Order: sequence, then structure tokens, then C-alpha cells
Amino acid sequence: MKNWWKILTVLLLVFTVVAGLLSEVPRLAILNETIRNLYFHVPMWFGMILILLVSVVYSIRYLRKPTIKNDIIAHESAKVGILFGVLGIVTGMEWARFTWGEYWSNDPKQNAAAIGLLIYFAYLVLRSSFAEQQQRARISAVYNIFAFAALIPLLFILPRLTDSLHPGNGGNPGFNAYDLDSRLRLVFYPAVLGWTLLGIWIVNIKSRLELLRQRLYEIA
Amino acid sequence: MLLKEILFLMRKDFLLEMRQKYAFNGMLLYVSSTVFVCYLSFGLRSNVLTVPVWNAVLWIILLFTSVNAIAKSFVQENRGRLLYFYSIVSPQGVILSKILYNSCLMLVLALICFVFYAFVLGNPVQDVPMFLLTILLGAIGFSTSLTMISGIASKAANNGTLMAVLSFPVIVPMLLMLIKMSKNALDGLDRSVSLDELLTILAINMIVVTVSYILFPYLWRS
Repeated sequence: MKNWWKILTVLLLVFTVVAGLLSEVPRLAILNETIRNLYFHVPMWFGMILILLVSVVYSIRYLRKPTIKNDIIAHESAKVGILFGVLGIVTGMEWARFTWGEYWSNDPKQNAAAIGLLIYFAYLVLRSSFAEQQQRARISAVYNIFAFAALIPLLFILPRLTDSLHPGNGGNPGFNAYDLDSRLRLVFYPAVLGWTLLGIWIVNIKSRLELLRQRLYEIA
Repeated sequence: MLLKEILFLMRKDFLLEMRQKYAFNGMLLYVSSTVFVCYLSFGLRSNVLTVPVWNAVLWIILLFTSVNAIAKSFVQENRGRLLYFYSIVSPQGVILSKILYNSCLMLVLALICFVFYAFVLGNPVQDVPMFLLTILLGAIGFSTSLTMISGIASKAANNGTLMAVLSFPVIVPMLLMLIKMSKNALDGLDRSVSLDELLTILAINMIVVTVSYILFPYLWRS
């Protein structure tokens, strides 16, 4: 059973969607039913950070040992990380529309997320501006590591220095407030695992496809 | 050994600057015309320029000045000279000397910019030493992160646009901290209020310098 984790992914995601939409949730003022977004919005950010970490690790591996495979995995996982980031922003904005009253309320966390995405869009632009494969791979690997180092203060330090409307900041109920409620955790942890595994699956398929395409070019 | 290299390379950069007066005079004119344009556009409606606007415009001018000044730092070296450096000095020496040189350049430019800006548009700063410290930190911070970016951008084809696209997202965290800190100095708040921002800026600077130090050799090889 080599593909056990793919079956696990499907099972976890089916469980997340069914249980996430149908299970009992705590009744809280303002949040009401939107609390279910915990199963869809929050795992996107977990998935994004983990997949971008994969991208950085492969960039470092590329600098140590320049093989085409390392470069392709770094590139594809950066793209999947962007996809997760965009989905995270969209689900967050939809949620903010019903709880904060506006899609975009100039919140530090929203701004940080937008800037983080800009960094990775710049990474894609940088990649496309080189014609030669080796130079492109090395220089974009350098930028990837540099940008990730600059992203860490943005995502983890700055939002803690300012007040935010976001749950977990400035006296708003955060994840810890739900600690007592094991019903949420029962779905939340499988959701995080499921979405992250889905991201890794996409990266896996896309990099294999890209590798085969490169090999085809070499033969042709 | 590394120290000697850095000093040597910095002396070369200063000498080049003295002889050509290329970057410095150009940037001086850039700063003064930008400030003057701001003055003219605000001068028509003098009540528009509130303190937060004054602050934001100053930092935007400083940001664009540093992007333009530092973008030149690797482009102005021609291929032959780079090859020559490659054979005699270590990459760590090159990046550190460039960072130090750009910091000096930006420090002078930022101070001139602030003096001219305050002269033309009025000076609402209540705690001037603290404000100067913020500008000093800003100049050093901008040059540390932008030097590495300019090294990356100089390898690409259309490096003018690329420089802006690559650097703005990276520099935003620092810019936010700087604007907040200078706002505190503008309002003359107690200095201990800005301590958090000061430490964060120093920490970001340290991360950036370390990462540049480790990564530059890979960039240099091509």
C-alpha cells in the first residue's frame, strides 16, 4: 500500500466537509454559524506555511546540490502555497463580511497576508525574467530563501505588536477560548491534516508532470 | 583578512564616487526635486498637510530615493571588473562592503532629505533627536535589505521594474515600524514607547544581514 496517504487525504476531507457542515457547534454571539469557517479558513494558512516551508527547504537543497528536481519542487510548492494563500484570503474576507461588516477592514492580519502573497508573486515574476534554466533556478532559490526570512517577522511578530480584530488578538476570543470545546477540535485537527496532505498531493503530481515534461524536451 | 577586504572595497567605492560624482549628485537632485514637487502640490492647499501626511510623504520619498540609489550599486560595475573582483576577493567581503557603503550613502542622503524637507514644508517634529535616530535606523535598514535585492535584480534582464517589485514587499515590515516610530517622535511621546519598534527593526536588520551574508556567495557565482 504505497498510496495509503492519498486514501487518508480523501477520507479526511470527506469527513471535514460532512462533519464541518453538519456537526454541532457552540453558539456564540456574532460568530453564529460562521464558526464553521474554522475548518476551512484556518487550515488554509497552516497548509500555506507548511508548503512554503517545503519550497524553502527545496531551495536550500538546490543551492547545496543543483539538480533540476529540487528546483521544480521548490517552484511547484511555491505555486501551491500561493493557491492556499489566495483561498485563505478569500475565505477570510467572506467571513469578515459577516462578522466585521466589511470584506476588507484594513486589519493588520489582512494586510500582512496580502503582502506575503505579493512577495511570492514577485518570486514568480523573477522566475519568468530569466531565459537560462540554471541561472533562473539559482537566483530564484536565493530570492526564495531571502523572502521567507523577511516573511517570518511579517507573519509572526508584527501582528502581535498591534491590535487586530482577528480572533486571538486584542482581547478577541481566539483559539484558546474554544479549548474547552472538544467538538471543534474533533473536526479541526483532521481538517488541518487533510488540507495539508491535499496540498502535498498537488505538489507531488505537478512536480512529477513537470519532470516528465523536461525529460520529454531533452529527448525531442 | 575579511576586515581588510571590506575596508579596501569600501575605499574603492568611495574613490569611484569622488571621481565620478555619479550616484551622489544624481540622487541629490532627485531628492531635492521630489521634495520641491511635494511642496508645490501641497502649497496650493496648505491646510491639507497634517502631521500623519507629512510623516508618510517623507518616508515615501526616502523609500523611493533609496530604491533608486541602491539599484545602481551592482549595475555600475562592468563585467570585466566583476570578474577581476571574483578572482581576488571573497563574496562575503563584497556584500558586507556594499552594505556598509550603501548605509553611508543613504545616511547622508536621508539627512539632507530630512533637512531640506523640514525647511521647505515646515518642521512639526517635537522630539528631534529621536526622529534623527529613526532616520538613521531607516537608512541602515533600507540599505541592508535593498543591497541584496539589487544584487538579485542586477542578474535579470529588466532590472528597473524588478527592483521595485522584489523590494517593496520585503521592505514593508520595516517601513511600518519606522513610520510608527517616527510618528511617536513627531508627537513627542515618551521614548520608552518606541522601544518595541526599535528592537524589532534591529532584529529584522540582523536577520537580513545574516541571510545576505550566507546567500550572496551563491548569487555571486553566476
